[in-house]
Amino acid sequence: MPFSIPEQELMEPGHTACHGCGATLSMRYVLKALGKDTVISVPAACWAVIPGAMPNRTLDVPMVYTPFAATGAVISGLREAFDIQGKEDFNVVGFAGDGGTADIGLQSLSGAMERGHNVFYFMYDNEGYMNTGVQRSGSTPYGAITTTTPIGKDRNFKKQNKKVVADLMMAQGVPYVATATIAYPEDLIRKVNNAKKINGPKFIQILSPCPVGWYFPPEKSIEVSRLAVQSGIFPLYEFQNGVLKVTKQPRPVSVREYLSMQNRFRSLDEDDIKKIEKYAEERMEYLIGKEKETQSS
Amino acid sequence: MQAMQKKYNAIMTGNEAVAVGAKLARVGFISAYPITPQTTIVEKLAEMVSNREIQARYVEVESEHSALAATFASELAGVRSYTATSSHGLLYMHEMLHWTAGMRLPVVMSVVNRALGPPWNIWTEQTDTMNQKETGWMQVYCESNQEALDTILMGYRIAESNDVMLPIMSMEDAFVLSHTSEPVNIPEQDEVDAFLPSLDLKYRIDNNRPMGYGSYSTPDGPFMELKVDMMESMKNSRQTINRVTSEFRDAFGRDYSGMIEKYAMDDADYALIASGTLASTGKYVVKKMRESGKKVGLIRLRFFRPFPDREIVDATRGLKGVGVLDRSVSFSASGSVVSEVKSALYGNSSIPVTGFVAGLGGRDVRVEDFYKMFDYIEKGKTGKYYIGWKEAQ
Ligand SMILES: Cc1ncc(C[n+]2csc(CCOP(=O)(O)OP(=O)(O)O)c2C)c(N)n1
Repeated sequence: MPFSIPEQELMEPGHTACHGCGATLSMRYVLKALGKDTVISVPAACWAVIPGAMPNRTLDVPMVYTPFAATGAVISGLREAFDIQGKEDFNVVGFAGDGGTADIGLQSLSGAMERGHNVFYFMYDNEGYMNTGVQRSGSTPYGAITTTTPIGKDRNFKKQNKKVVADLMMAQGVPYVATATIAYPEDLIRKVNNAKKINGPKFIQILSPCPVGWYFPPEKSIEVSRLAVQSGIFPLYEFQNGVLKVTKQPRPVSVREYLSMQNRFRSLDEDDIKKIEKYAEERMEYLIGKEKETQSS
Repeated sequence: MQAMQKKYNAIMTGNEAVAVGAKLARVGFISAYPITPQTTIVEKLAEMVSNREIQARYVEVESEHSALAATFASELAGVRSYTATSSHGLLYMHEMLHWTAGMRLPVVMSVVNRALGPPWNIWTEQTDTMNQKETGWMQVYCESNQEALDTILMGYRIAESNDVMLPIMSMEDAFVLSHTSEPVNIPEQDEVDAFLPSLDLKYRIDNNRPMGYGSYSTPDGPFMELKVDMMESMKNSRQTINRVTSEFRDAFGRDYSGMIEKYAMDDADYALIASGTLASTGKYVVKKMRESGKKVGLIRLRFFRPFPDREIVDATRGLKGVGVLDRSVSFSASGSVVSEVKSALYGNSSIPVTGFVAGLGGRDVRVEDFYKMFDYIEKGKTGKYYIGWKEAQ
């Protein structure tokens, strides 16, 4: 297969992200796919810090920084303003962390998607509030130790399952919804290109491993990202025009292998691991069921 | 040259008047979330948009935080933008208020002054906007529906001036203005166009000039300089305010006299400082007292931000006593307005200052209450007095 990642670079070197940062690669690929007629809005998050202090920047596109909860509303306003000015072909993009999407920004995201603005919303999912020091978010998976679900005396960890925002967006009937991750850049770019064809709201959740917050060595980011898919923990799918398609079939890699690469899961005992295996199986079954149901109707 | 006072050509509520103001200002983008008593503003604008009386996009967001976030964004993209809210809605915007001012975006917003719960109360009071005094927004308290309309037009001119570049909120008293009809003169569109040119935001988003808008600054970065610049722009905006108000008078024949309005102040011995529609009742009482030979006057605060400190020092020079009417809850020693007045007078004047708190939660402030206030001022009582408050039985 020919190499299908655009050569164009809209992210300059010299940013301040941590080594092995998955969120940084996510942005780089997204911009390669979108090109320079793009404006990016980021709320409070790692990505508000990665480009460096004023007056530095790292992106070759305009970047609007906003309060934590505001992304959905800000991209709505930007979209309408550009349309008024005849810039309908301008890409308006929200690029927010999982906290800014699943938690504090969920309301404005849902509002923007419901109103149907022609915008892209990328949730770079590093499964926690990383910028503020690895606190739990709604998108943190069951089993993870974070600084607000610390191990303590009772081998504590996050006891609730991940809130999967892409699934919420699907349920809301957003015209284009997909999940992606940095280990599969061609899949990610293809999804952005498919999203581009839709004149309406588009939501893509990109699993973006965080060595600092997941406690694994920075050179393992791509591997962790790949195993998340192959173990069935983070299924990749695409939902458009009401039809769901699972875009990467999980290979027989054990959930255990995925979990054991990351120290955030070190509290888990056998029963906990079984619970996670069951969760991954059930979620996959749910998606495959939904695939059949939507493809046949 | 001052234009002739224009004849009234409509009868409308304050909320209709500000909607007409936004239309005449040719706003391109409107985003709002409903809250009593602001609702009729946004309903009117939505109707104008759907009847194509106004070339604007109207985005019906899911909260006030989003309303101002969307307004902020479209303004940053270079489109003249407008929103309106009240009370709890304004509080919900608080974070975005700072963000809009901090990005130096000349948004104009209408605020209907309404009390804050608990207990729930939809009637007029200024605590909602007094709570926003350090957000970097200019604040104007209107006294009539005409002033509410005209302030939208003057507001964009002032806010968009290169040496100001700060947003502005224009206030109406809940129900007393928002839902009460008064005769109004609606200016002609071509007159407004001549007074208010279209927006040309110098640093609007432009992909040929990629920039980070509002990134971050370290303690040694430009943070402090940007904030000092905001404070100085706010302080100096009085020059633009005075200039624009007199240009407005020349064009439309209505004189709002800038930061404050002086009523019967020329030879006054005692005066009351008030704002909003309470100033109207105050003026009536001043007129009556003048008829019986009392040398009293009234200073109406139009602007609270920037605070008219020099104007108040000048206007109170030679008085024997001054009172300040606060229609808001403050836990400072005195009150939101009176503490600013005292700090303006400090070192410039030694007249006694009497603080009054009245009209909370929309409680009527009656003619006899004003007589009582003037009585306290004449007696040189200093301190803080609750007016119209029913002492617990
Ligand atoms: C209203 C508000 N509350 C809290 C914060 C503090 N804060 C800044 S970034 C952040 C976490 C962001 O987490 P996420 O959205 O997951 O992005 P990440 O940092 O992981 O990239 C928090 C809690 C804030 N800036 N604003």
